[in-house]
Amino acid sequence: MASATNDPAPKAPIKRVAVGRRTLLGVTALGALGVVFGSSVQNFLGKAFGSGLGGLLPGGDRFRIYSITGAYPKIADRDYRLKVSGLVERPRTFTLEDLKAMPPTSFVKAFQCVTGWRVPEVHWAGVRLSDILDSVGVKPEAVALKFESYDRADTESLTIDQAHLPDVIVAYSMLGAPVTTEHGGPVRLYVAPMFGYKSLKWLSAIRVVNAVEPGFWEENGYPVNGWLDGTTGPANPDPSLT
Amino acid sequence: MAITQANSLAVTRIRRFDRVQRAAHWANAALFGLLIFTAIPLYFGSFFSVVMPRHLMEMIHLWSGLALPIPIIVSLLGPWGRQMRRDLGRINYWTRSEIRWIKTLGKTPLEADKFNPGQKLNSIFTGTVIIIMLGTGSMLQWFRFFPVPWRLGATFVHDVFAFAIFAVVVGHIFMALAHRDSLRSMFTGWVSEKWAATNAASWLKEKQLKGDSPNSR
Repeated sequence: MASATNDPAPKAPIKRVAVGRRTLLGVTALGALGVVFGSSVQNFLGKAFGSGLGGLLPGGDRFRIYSITGAYPKIADRDYRLKVSGLVERPRTFTLEDLKAMPPTSFVKAFQCVTGWRVPEVHWAGVRLSDILDSVGVKPEAVALKFESYDRADTESLTIDQAHLPDVIVAYSMLGAPVTTEHGGPVRLYVAPMFGYKSLKWLSAIRVVNAVEPGFWEENGYPVNGWLDGTTGPANPDPSLT
Repeated sequence: MAITQANSLAVTRIRRFDRVQRAAHWANAALFGLLIFTAIPLYFGSFFSVVMPRHLMEMIHLWSGLALPIPIIVSLLGPWGRQMRRDLGRINYWTRSEIRWIKTLGKTPLEADKFNPGQKLNSIFTGTVIIIMLGTGSMLQWFRFFPVPWRLGATFVHDVFAFAIFAVVVGHIFMALAHRDSLRSMFTGWVSEKWAATNAASWLKEKQLKGDSPNSR
């Protein structure tokens, strides 16, 4: 035991290295690089190795489940109703069966949240919003749509023109299966060209109105037109793209 | 010499942490605990949302995150922070043998400083992740000011480091439970001279050279 200890320190000062500072600065720089280039690296890895790898990495390709109320409304398939009213020729309430009887549409598109997470290659299926509008007959004075949710808190808006885009759908299938409760099932909106907050969950009603009424998130400061490329609106979410 | 000391070694106490350091450690630990506790339901939302109100979790996570650097900064900056600053220097500056020790994962001989290189690395990691998590977390909270690719990058970095922190914190707790004397000193401030002789020999020698009296800092 005693032999393990040496004599008191030599006179010459021991050379010391600021490992702490170096590590701190180095790793922080790495973090900053991750912020700036992380999404390109994720894209590259996703393309090179398929989306399977992204699922293995922490943080890659996964949904963050948001709910305004802190709870998920649970709606049985047979109880589901979508009420379409307002400035329409033939107001109508759709059941899930009614929606599934309409011409289906499906595609694979990413879900991009405004706060900065993204799930690429999500399979979506449902009915084009334009088909629903055509079936009820939108009156000429109509300007916009107001969407309501079973959660009684969330609302959304789209202009009639936006609603006619081919990748704006009333979705009953997502990720290759019926839309789950936490994803807004049995029926949710999916607005592909806009940020995720426009894709209202637990869709309960569509009112056709004569002016755009900002929805819940827009009342909380998000752009009314939540285009992914940030091309419109004074409250543009993406300064780099203006 | 070694034999005559043996009797007194067991009873002589040495101050390892002063009150400020212990307060800073436990405040920091409490904040990390809150952050991890609230991160789990936020990250794995679908399992927990029914049990825990999400908004409350978000608010706790946000505020404890913003408070995270406070214990360390306050304990370092005040006139009360002398010991804290001195130990920061110990954690920062490494000798060649310490670097060798960490590179060989503890297989080379080392007369340990007040903190061994593993402990130093844990402290450095903690300081670093506070900066990174606070930075990326702020980007996610105030996302409007950042381009979308940066938001994605910040999410990625925040998540990756969250996993790393979880692993390191679990490791830290296991080490603390396995080294009870070390853990006790974080509560009481004291270690025995005997403990120091085996676990922090270089520090003990330094103290003896300086002629510090027993029970001194």
